[in-house]
Amino acid sequence: MNLDWAWIQRNLSMIGNLLVEHIILSVLPVLVALVISLPLGFLVFKTKRVANVILAFLGVIYSIPSLALFVMMPLILGTKILNPVNIVAALSIYSIALLVRSVVDGLRSVPASVKESASAVGYGWLRRLVRVELPLAMPVIYSGLRVVTVSNIALVSVAVLIGSGALGKLFDLGFGSFFYTPIIVGLVLMLALALAADALILLMQRGTLPWFRKRQTA
Amino acid sequence: MNIFSYLTDPANWQGPAGIWNLLLQHLAYTAASVAIAAAIAIPLGIFIGHTGRGSFLVIGVSNAARAVPTLGLLVLVVLLLGTGVGPIIGVLAVLALPPILTATATGIQGADHEAVHAARALGMSARQIVSKVEWPLALPLVISGLRSASLQVVATATVAAYSSGEGLGRLLITGNATRNYAEMFAGAFMVAALAVVLDILLGGLGWLASRHANPGRRGRRGRQTSPRGETVSQPA
Repeated sequence: MNLDWAWIQRNLSMIGNLLVEHIILSVLPVLVALVISLPLGFLVFKTKRVANVILAFLGVIYSIPSLALFVMMPLILGTKILNPVNIVAALSIYSIALLVRSVVDGLRSVPASVKESASAVGYGWLRRLVRVELPLAMPVIYSGLRVVTVSNIALVSVAVLIGSGALGKLFDLGFGSFFYTPIIVGLVLMLALALAADALILLMQRGTLPWFRKRQTA
Repeated sequence: MNIFSYLTDPANWQGPAGIWNLLLQHLAYTAASVAIAAAIAIPLGIFIGHTGRGSFLVIGVSNAARAVPTLGLLVLVVLLLGTGVGPIIGVLAVLALPPILTATATGIQGADHEAVHAARALGMSARQIVSKVEWPLALPLVISGLRSASLQVVATATVAAYSSGEGLGRLLITGNATRNYAEMFAGAFMVAALAVVLDILLGGLGWLASRHANPGRRGRRGRQTSPRGETVSQPA
């Protein structure tokens, strides 16, 4: 099984375009989900006992296989089946389901004594949330972000079965013509992308939460 | 066009390419690959959890597994080994391994240390400690690992129809090829329903096992005594 380097060179620009498309399709849902999950997670956290019921429901959402969710999207959004919006929307739904849990778990991990101290020195609820609770919850939220980003990168390729799927198209190409090179290129690029994204988020975490650095063990 | 039209037409449920048959194939693929994965991962997880050797393997494997594009792996293996049932079940089993391995090792390792020490003080052999103390305490977590693995496999078996033409994924593939959205929707609906039902069934089983594992501690937070909780699941 040898790689056909000439094929890779000839198709470098196509591969580059697919890579960019892949990054957009997998990262956009994470950003959408982050913007929605922070307030939503806070609201769920505030419901106290009901929160567990909501979290269980969100757990059921991510038991739905991605291909099935991609196919169901046009029904919900009224889009065409080949529209990449379906992929972004479906991955956003998964990402929200996972991140809301992270936000709730993170906020729950803040010790009551810390919150009471903050209130005692005169923090209002909003300032306490933003300046005290959220920073302390961030490690858990960051680990959720890593899971979501890495799994999104893998999931985008599944969408090739409905005619899209960025780097996943290389799998289709290789399978259709019994040609290994595109498949290997796709696998390697996606793994590299996942590793790079994971490392990048870890670096962001170290940069934004310097006070956790000592206790951090990857 | 009524998107439920494919599902509600009884003719589509019968015959070799009917929904019933595809559902059975899907279940057979899932059961076979999870069983193979469990036969390897559970003993290995018990060994790692009990001896503490090779824990780095568990962490590494579970992190890396998340990044593997299942479709790419499947397509590659099918091209290398052929489109038979064997290669597909092989790939599915490989994907089911990490969650079961991680859950088993974590469960055994996290079993109440006081209970383990007490068992040793009573003169139990290593074999007895594993089978009578650590295993029952780890069982809820093992079931949660099996649950993650099954969901992963149900999802990936859908993708497997791409090369095998079997299982519920077939409705998605042929529906897409013939621009029949009702047929695609039928496939998506059935796969989603299967996954959700499996998730709830195995979730219930795990709940029963955790009640069995610490019967006296309900209502109290028993996190230290028995490794409850779940392995981190993820969409597949």
